[in-house]
Amino acid sequence: MENLSILLPEIFLSLAIFVTLLIGVFFKDSYNLVTKIIYAIIVILILIIFNTFTESFDLFSNSYISNSYTNFFKILILISALFTLIITQAYIREKNINYFEYSLVLLLSILGMFIMISSNDLILFYLGLELQSLSLYILAALDRDNLKSNESGLKYFVLSALASGLLLYGCSLLYGFTGSTNFEQINLNAGLENTGAIFAMVFILVGLAFKVSAVPFHMWTPDVYEGSPTSVTSFFAVVPKITGIAVIIRFMQIPFAQLVDHWQPILVFISLASMILGAVAAIGQTNIKRLIAYSSIGHIGYALAGVATGTINGYNSSIVYISIYVIMNLAIFACIFLMQKEGKYCENLDDLSGISSKHPFLSISLLIILFSLAGIPPLAGFFAKFYVFMSVVESKMYVLAIIGLLSTVISAFYYLRIIKIIYFDELKKPFDSTKNIGVYFTLSLSCLILISFFIYPSFLNNIVETLLIN
Amino acid sequence: MDFPILSLITILPLVGAIFIFIFDNNQSENKNTIYVSLFTSFVNFFLALFLWYSFDKNTADFQFIEEANWINGFIKFKFGIDGISILFIVLTAFITPICIISCISSIKKRLKEFLIAILVLETFMIGVFCSLDLVIFYLFFEAGLIPMFLIIGIWGGPKRVYAAFKFFLFTLLGSVLMLVAIISIYWITGTTDVVQIYEIKIPVEFQYLLWLAFFSSFAVKMPMWPVHTWLPDAHVEAPTAGSVILAAILLKMAGYGFLRFSIGMFPIASEYFIPLIYTLSIIAIIYTSLVALMQEDMKKLIAYSSVAHMGFVTLGIFTFTKQGIEGSIFQMLSHGIISAALFLCVGVLYDRVHSRLINSYGGIVNILPKYAFVFAIFMLGSLGLPGTSGFIGEILVLLGTFQKSFLAAILASIGIILGAAYMLWLYKRVVFGKLEKKELLELKDLNYSETVILFSLAILTLVFGFYPNLILDTIHVSVDNLISDYQNSLILNLLK
Repeated sequence: MENLSILLPEIFLSLAIFVTLLIGVFFKDSYNLVTKIIYAIIVILILIIFNTFTESFDLFSNSYISNSYTNFFKILILISALFTLIITQAYIREKNINYFEYSLVLLLSILGMFIMISSNDLILFYLGLELQSLSLYILAALDRDNLKSNESGLKYFVLSALASGLLLYGCSLLYGFTGSTNFEQINLNAGLENTGAIFAMVFILVGLAFKVSAVPFHMWTPDVYEGSPTSVTSFFAVVPKITGIAVIIRFMQIPFAQLVDHWQPILVFISLASMILGAVAAIGQTNIKRLIAYSSIGHIGYALAGVATGTINGYNSSIVYISIYVIMNLAIFACIFLMQKEGKYCENLDDLSGISSKHPFLSISLLIILFSLAGIPPLAGFFAKFYVFMSVVESKMYVLAIIGLLSTVISAFYYLRIIKIIYFDELKKPFDSTKNIGVYFTLSLSCLILISFFIYPSFLNNIVETLLIN
Repeated sequence: MDFPILSLITILPLVGAIFIFIFDNNQSENKNTIYVSLFTSFVNFFLALFLWYSFDKNTADFQFIEEANWINGFIKFKFGIDGISILFIVLTAFITPICIISCISSIKKRLKEFLIAILVLETFMIGVFCSLDLVIFYLFFEAGLIPMFLIIGIWGGPKRVYAAFKFFLFTLLGSVLMLVAIISIYWITGTTDVVQIYEIKIPVEFQYLLWLAFFSSFAVKMPMWPVHTWLPDAHVEAPTAGSVILAAILLKMAGYGFLRFSIGMFPIASEYFIPLIYTLSIIAIIYTSLVALMQEDMKKLIAYSSVAHMGFVTLGIFTFTKQGIEGSIFQMLSHGIISAALFLCVGVLYDRVHSRLINSYGGIVNILPKYAFVFAIFMLGSLGLPGTSGFIGEILVLLGTFQKSFLAAILASIGIILGAAYMLWLYKRVVFGKLEKKELLELKDLNYSETVILFSLAILTLVFGFYPNLILDTIHVSVDNLISDYQNSLILNLLK
């Protein structure tokens, strides 16, 4: 029984969700109360996980593990969820979608992600995945009076269910051909001569690629990003991506470790296609949320390039990449929440034109974020790309490195276009001045991190390098 | 370790910029901003002079070395200078205050942001010349794009957006290939420390591709024909101070890069690619001179003349003779002064008449005598008249080239004649002739700050023209060392 203390974060999280649900139901207009409780829950969870950060355990006959790798991702998820909640508060209130279920469903999806990351067993993994996905469907359709939000929820549901189906089919094939659902057992049995396992690997990879919106399974991303309420988009763009990368790395490292020659070309292709499509398709966008959708497709491509190397250094670089990506995306969504004209939130790039003369802080932040997204030194985004390409070149995948870096040039074009709109164009109409402390705090903090990252760029690496040494 | 003067000299402008950014929120009153930026840039200039003074000219080793762990112990932060880089640092520190003085009157909007951009750019430029680690070098080399992009885009002319994008994307495209090469070098040699790479020597089979990757970056930045097309656009659209920095310093980063990285790290490949460089340089010299001859726009003409002058620089570097390389360095420094001054001269006219077209002027010698005088000095310097610094650079480069290739030297000499043609013709059309245009009659001659700037540049042009040893003394030992290292590697390769 004492082993159950390992599960403390998950148990605490589930109990907290039920208790908060009851509170939410019994109190009227309970949104504010529930949100405050949820802040507390997240902070407590971070502390709990931090407390046992380096200890590694396995539970339930090795089907559930907890080590510094899973703990790192759990903390990353919690921190980004916390900041997402902070920056979305004003938006949610003004849009009248302050249902207390929002933050609860968000927590539920986090519980699902915890299970996905920690699972060492296909069945448990699938349970976590479904818990996460179902919560995300609800979140996408949260603005229930809005046609677009409903459409995006439905679209996401249909396509994601298909991907889950493929993934489940892969899991069953894998069980059939290796005789086990345990990751390590699968690794022992999924040798190179096991053709069935290769098929299963492809199906599972497709399902996972869908979840992180990598090309060619990205079609849902722009529509869902655009249609969902921005508060939900900011969550979508960040937290499920962390989980996706964490899970892909775990799958590649443990059950499919022997199949590296087979999944490597697939991942290289997915990564290249994502980089190129993310760069090219974003050029024509006029809606900033769609643009971020394409840019996130591109960024997932870079993160997957690290995984595609199949080396520890590559995995580490992907983890660093996704961490920096989280900071940049939180920052850019914080900026979107400041784009308000006469009480309405703007989503068009044209609305940004010439704001530099009236909103120096917002413009300089966007400048930093966009140059960082484009990967220009000395900002943090450069180091993210630098580490990834270090590991890619180490594995002698020169084509991936060169095409990847060339696509950064293409993607630089549309980031520059936004900067051009902000700085070079004439002012049309200034934004309302808002006093949203949460947003300003998040924005300044992340910009500070992005600028000062170069002073001590191995900060993240030092943490990440300890994770994967098992 | 001694006092970290290189870090200080690099960081100081940035500190000034941050200071302006944080403490000066008074939009209407720009006085404090100007004082702070002038103060930091002048202090930096004097620091650079002090650095030059305390620099030991008798050794080819790197001096004032600073090292620190940077990325996980596998990439070090390393600063250090030798006889070649010290002069570029001094040039940068000298040009920046001049830009700041010149922009005070000519920049009408957002002066504060402009000064911040210039100061940040100065940090990045000095960083490029100080760094002895490839990653650090790349960091500064690329980071310079951000402020320059903004300078062209915010304060530029009517087609500024196009010019800024072209500048940014061209340079970035060249540079990402260099980044791949840098990372590859790390995995080949296990370090990105330039001094160590010189000693380890990169295996010959890798050198060719790596050389091409570095070349792609430097050729764009230099700029060499046929990737020079961003330069005229950027120059024409950039504000005067932006053009000055672009011509005087940013272009020199590429020449410096060839000297420090391409030759030092890939001697065999450098030897192999000599014909390519010669061809491109000669085409640049002759073709762009011809193009310059036909320009209607003064800034464009000077921009094309820059491309031609940079052709001499690449030609000189790849002669691998003492005269050629010293001539190239001298040419870069003298071009830094002269082209800066020429852009300032155009800026003086543009501020008064708001036209850069040659045919909107004529006969201004009658009303602007002081201006006509300094303009003449720079014009003559640019075409390489003996007695000006332009002459020393070109004659040394040609001396070097004659030893290697007679044909290239002859063709390059044609470029000098063409250079004289377009410069003299420009001067004739703008300054001489009859004063017919009415709007020119009211022009005022140089004001106080313009006089100070232009005359100090003119004096430097003449001083370096009459006493080139001031510069050559500093670089002799380093260049000797560069050439002997290069020849040793060639011999070693032959013996294998």
